[in-house]
Amino acid sequence: MAETGRLIAPAGQPSLSPVTLVRIAIIAGVLVTWEAVAASGLLFRDVVPSLLVIGRATAELLADKSYYWHLGVTAGEVGTGLLIGGLSGLALGSNKLLSRAFEAYLYYLGPTPKIIFFPIMIMWFGVGPASKVAMGTISCFFPVALSAAAGMREINPVLIRVGHSFRASTWQMVTKIYLPAMRLPVINGIRLGLGVAIIGTLLAETKLSNRGIGFLIINAYSTFDMPRMYALLIVLFVLSIGVNALVGKLGGVDSIRRA
Amino acid sequence: MIARAQRNFLPLALGLGSLIAVILLVEVLIRVGLVNRFIVPMPSQIAGAFERVILEEDIPHRFLVTAREAFWATVLLAIFGVGIGVLLYRVKLLRDATETWVAAMASAPTVLMYPLFLVIFGRSENTIIMMGFVAGLPAVILKTIEGLAGTRRVLIDVGRSFKLSEVQLFWKIYFPAALPTMFVGLRLGMIFALINIVGVEFLINFGGLGQLINDLAERYDLPGTYAAICFVILVSVCFFFVTDRVEKWLRPVD
Repeated sequence: MAETGRLIAPAGQPSLSPVTLVRIAIIAGVLVTWEAVAASGLLFRDVVPSLLVIGRATAELLADKSYYWHLGVTAGEVGTGLLIGGLSGLALGSNKLLSRAFEAYLYYLGPTPKIIFFPIMIMWFGVGPASKVAMGTISCFFPVALSAAAGMREINPVLIRVGHSFRASTWQMVTKIYLPAMRLPVINGIRLGLGVAIIGTLLAETKLSNRGIGFLIINAYSTFDMPRMYALLIVLFVLSIGVNALVGKLGGVDSIRRA
Repeated sequence: MIARAQRNFLPLALGLGSLIAVILLVEVLIRVGLVNRFIVPMPSQIAGAFERVILEEDIPHRFLVTAREAFWATVLLAIFGVGIGVLLYRVKLLRDATETWVAAMASAPTVLMYPLFLVIFGRSENTIIMMGFVAGLPAVILKTIEGLAGTRRVLIDVGRSFKLSEVQLFWKIYFPAALPTMFVGLRLGMIFALINIVGVEFLINFGGLGQLINDLAERYDLPGTYAAICFVILVSVCFFFVTDRVEKWLRPVD
């Protein structure tokens, strides 16, 4: 029999897949273009700083102790906002009568730009962290409530009948039937809520604050410290996407999808 | 049937009744002095401020400015979002390499890049349009890919049996089949764009309706601020309602 060519790469020499190669090529292309534009002087000076400068700014940012204090302030505001907004959204969305009564309002109010409520929040809660927490709360309330309402609607009636036939108490129905059955939409709602809570809180910080990551970003803009602004945005994007993925992982969204 | 009507009426009555009750309660609490009227204006004052805000603050012009920004952001979304979506669908390797990146971009807080866009485009409409465009782009790309990938095999086979060229196959088969899903993406993109446009207008104090709220808040015109916020909410709700209806009209019946 004629010998055919070797199709499998030899052991110990892992070959890169075409997809990985394309990804590497795209990243390399973007970085080279960026560096070329930075060196060319086509744009205003410092608008596109060299990658080396951005890398140095990122390292300085991560080594700066005050950065972690600001990060802690923002994390506290986002966390509190998510907790209050998430719980109230869950309470409203999980109640059949309330969700049917208010779902139309939630559906149409949900996509309105929440930052326009910031002047009201300042008047109600002052210029400190409380108004930022309120912004986070308003932002995440809608996606969590809508997801919980949708989850409640989609619970298999058979599961509810099984619970009733076992004479389950209200608490048992909530913990054994409703919450497990609503897990996927609720986790997805919390993921969406987390994203918009981060945006709401940080935008409020950029508008009026003297602490938090939003303040650092707008401060870097005011002082035209572009490398620091790029560093802040890069770290913020990595953190946001990472936290979002972590919530999905902890909530077992992937395992549910596979099932 | 009566029981069904009662079942539907109760939530509707509860929703509307609660809204009216809250408005009346706030009015009463302010009038008796339990709520500070310098923090929360009376709902009757807010209702009265509508006419003043519409006439004195040139609402029609501001509305047109915001609408113009939203229009250009939508045009950019339709050209680049759909274009990139079609490209990624056609080149599978590129799609496999970048689809997760596009999805990650959708969950990234891109609106926080507005100071960067201010530096690049200046404090102008261009910054606002670009912020709207960037916010809506991932949704349009992902939905375009989803729509094209969901074209029924039998339709493609019919096209091939008629020996259609690739261009004809796209315009006669793929595009009409993917149009409802593409519109869903465009609608989502427009929603994200509008949120960002009004938000950035407010933040940078420039443009149409968003700037109006900032202006009135800085003047400490409380009834005016609340009325302007109500107006923006009304515009948003009308926009979502209309696009929602169009989406339902476009959606094929299974």
